[in-house]
Amino acid sequence: MSSVANLATRLEKLIGNDRVRASEAALRDFAIAGRAPMAVLQPCSAEEVAEIVSFAAAEKLAVVACGSRSKLELGMPPQRFDLALDLTGLRQIAHYDPGDLTVSVDAGMPLNELAKALAAKNQFLPLAVPCCATSTVGGAIASGLDSTLRQQYGTPRDFLIGSEFVDGTGKQCKSGGRVVKNVTGYDLHKLLIGSLGTLAVIARLNFRTFPLPDLRGAHLAGFPTLEAALNFHASLLKSGLPFSNTEVFNSDFCALLAGFLNKEGAGVPESLAGCGWQVFVTFEGNAAVMERIERELRECSAHAQATQCQTINMQNSLQLSEALREAFDWLRRAAPSVALLRIVLPRFTPGDAAELLHASQQSPLRSAFALRACGVAYLAALADGEDAQTNAALERGVSGLFSRVEAKQGSATLLHAPVWLKDRINVWGAKRGDFPLMQRVKRAFDPHNIFAPGRFVGGI
Amino acid sequence: MDSALIRELKTLVGPANVLSQKEDLLLYEFDGSVEKGRPEVVVFPHTTEDVSRIVKLAAKYQVPVVGRGAGTGLSGGALARGGGVMIVFARMNRILELDLENLRAVVQPGVVNLDITRAVEHAGLYFAPDPSSQKSCTVGGNVAENSGGPHTLAYGLTTNHVAALELVLPDGEIVRIGSRHGDASGYDLCGLFVGSEGTLALVTEITVKLSRKAEAVKTLLAIFDAVGDASRTVVEMTARGITPAACEMLDGWTLRAVEDYIHAGFPRDSAAVLLIEVEGLREAAVSQAAAIAEICNSNHAREVRTARDERERDLLWKGRRNAFGALGRLAPSNYVLDGVIPRSKLPEALEQIHAIGEKHGFQIGNIFHAGDGNLHPIVLYDPRDTEQFKRAIAAAEEIIRMCISLGGSLTGEHGVGMEKNELMPLLFSDADFDLMRRIHDAFNPDSSLNPGKIFPLSKGCGEIRVRKSGEAAGTRS
Repeated sequence: MSSVANLATRLEKLIGNDRVRASEAALRDFAIAGRAPMAVLQPCSAEEVAEIVSFAAAEKLAVVACGSRSKLELGMPPQRFDLALDLTGLRQIAHYDPGDLTVSVDAGMPLNELAKALAAKNQFLPLAVPCCATSTVGGAIASGLDSTLRQQYGTPRDFLIGSEFVDGTGKQCKSGGRVVKNVTGYDLHKLLIGSLGTLAVIARLNFRTFPLPDLRGAHLAGFPTLEAALNFHASLLKSGLPFSNTEVFNSDFCALLAGFLNKEGAGVPESLAGCGWQVFVTFEGNAAVMERIERELRECSAHAQATQCQTINMQNSLQLSEALREAFDWLRRAAPSVALLRIVLPRFTPGDAAELLHASQQSPLRSAFALRACGVAYLAALADGEDAQTNAALERGVSGLFSRVEAKQGSATLLHAPVWLKDRINVWGAKRGDFPLMQRVKRAFDPHNIFAPGRFVGGI
Repeated sequence: MDSALIRELKTLVGPANVLSQKEDLLLYEFDGSVEKGRPEVVVFPHTTEDVSRIVKLAAKYQVPVVGRGAGTGLSGGALARGGGVMIVFARMNRILELDLENLRAVVQPGVVNLDITRAVEHAGLYFAPDPSSQKSCTVGGNVAENSGGPHTLAYGLTTNHVAALELVLPDGEIVRIGSRHGDASGYDLCGLFVGSEGTLALVTEITVKLSRKAEAVKTLLAIFDAVGDASRTVVEMTARGITPAACEMLDGWTLRAVEDYIHAGFPRDSAAVLLIEVEGLREAAVSQAAAIAEICNSNHAREVRTARDERERDLLWKGRRNAFGALGRLAPSNYVLDGVIPRSKLPEALEQIHAIGEKHGFQIGNIFHAGDGNLHPIVLYDPRDTEQFKRAIAAAEEIIRMCISLGGSLTGEHGVGMEKNELMPLLFSDADFDLMRRIHDAFNPDSSLNPGKIFPLSKGCGEIRVRKSGEAAGTRS
């Protein structure tokens, strides 16, 4: 019996043979950057997860936890990958107290199923993250990708109130609780957000939920220059009006967004077709609030000499917001070869944005750019070919972006890139001064280094 | 304490910044809790480098170190349980930078919470965490305890308003974590260190997020003839998805004591009042206030008043913020508890608190953050009466156990400290402690920083002994 077959047999003893897969096709489905695991396991309880992790720790097997696998490419490919842990078998709502606006849900629960259960009680979770149709709740938290609603509702660290998880020794642990205010013990669950499964296997997550808003709306204003768009954007942030999201797009981003909306059969706002820069704003509230925000936005747009401005109705606003939520997904598919970066700068001045765009537009590349109010920009360098010259331009462009962001004391992360480029560029950028502290955290959670080794910042 | 250490400390920071006489140390033996723990020497650093050098010196003499802000904490977090060196941040009290454009302030840990708001309110900004002690508590203490306040309901705890920290680790190393603007790549270290109660590192600089003042504020006082009606109002408000900026409850016994002292306008003959504040755009505040008034009325409120102006609003809040002081007039000492329950369980919890009080022979008052289920029952007692003190502690423990049994938690904003560390096993398993201990040891391997806090001392698996002055490192059993 081969060692792989032997391993599969031993694993079957842990969780039953119907939930261990080792066929070539199954392993291929779970491969990351061409590297396939030796087995795919589908536990159905946190206890089974703990048994598998204990086994893996004893055998020094590397484990990658997966949900819908829509964002497995994030980070560096793991240096070792022995077992894929398919968590879609953990999919119950463990506890929902609508009267307390709290919910406790298994990590493998699809986001859209949770959304339906909450909507039935007129509530929602402001986790508007990419790949929403397939994503699991655990994957959404572990991947740490931005929600388009973070301007109003914050990041998951603002509404994740507790978690149950399995640490690297195979023990079931928890942090936080199911109440909205709690300072008991270390806030370990916050460390799991965006950790890409390198600290623990998340089994359950507790959230604060929110009431669904009465009405939602949006506004789109066009500007001939980047400077005018950013000035308008900055004035909105100072206005005190409660926006859910504000974004600035360049024309390539607009064209791709329009293409996505068309493909989805959704309405495309007229102004998206125009050239130049667009500022997109969403907001919510009761009828009086909506009327006031819409009016003030029209006045502000006129004052800022927008070339065009459009109030978008609730249905189109929802479609447009959903399209923006999915931007990570459609941007990475927008050309044969794409490098998608997430960039954070201390300040996004027009000069900074222009410089970054210029760096990414190495001939023959195009670039799509979107800046969110929370100070995070997404910049996709799009290459229409994969020949040596184009690849060289892509590498030059990405390297240039990293060095410029570093010089401006910002940070950049390469969210998506061809595998060959990931082999040549550290997707996380330069190590920070607090990196040794992160290593300490990693060792405490995962002393045997079995969780997605090498995937995270600095090779953690 | 080794007199050589005291001499070296005086050389390091100057004699005026070191206290070592018994009568001077007495003040630092207490905080706002019922606990005690006297340091052997108190040092007042002025810079991060001072802190680093003090910590290195303490390590050389194998003496534990505890950080302290204003000493207003309510869980014994800033008490020197193992004796040793207490670093008091009162003289590191400068606001280092205000970046109003980007809504950030960089402050030293000894800056008083309210002073940040005072420094930025001219620009329509404020610092959102607002503990009742905000006129005296320090931002460093807020960070250590992850402090809350009435407006936590809408704006979150201190952790939600901290962007970056400068730390001094137990070996004296200075490290910066977090990111002043936007997100830092990597693990959320700020999320871990905020609320770690000084057991992982000392905080020497804090970059806080500033918030914009709302355009409109409406403050309502809902008056009830039955406590149950007031608590059911809170449950219904929550269930209907109405989240005011603050929702505070005072029961009749408490509000009478407050009214006698503050004259805030609380009706002395009522059974309970809710102090509710809504904020936002004018249009939103008006409709939210109307919806809240409707819920109050449907739950038999005797009257719902709206503060007519800033003066009336301030007076109502003065009554709330000074309530604990008002209760100090009724007994030599009071024990303010801090427990959390799911908001849907509020009426049940209040009934149980009443019953527990009767059982132990106390009238237990309630003044608390009703909107987020954060209870603050108050037990009045005479600490000179040993038997009464024991009963007060027993009643307190029973109330906290009740919170847990309702699906709640040990502490909502005061921290575990040395008040509740022995109760931690009610919530956490051996595996939970084991992981928390590994995190603790990753940063504070010798338990030299704030020993005897958070972790239960009586529990084998997660035990972290109180390291006392002069004891060698590695005292874990």
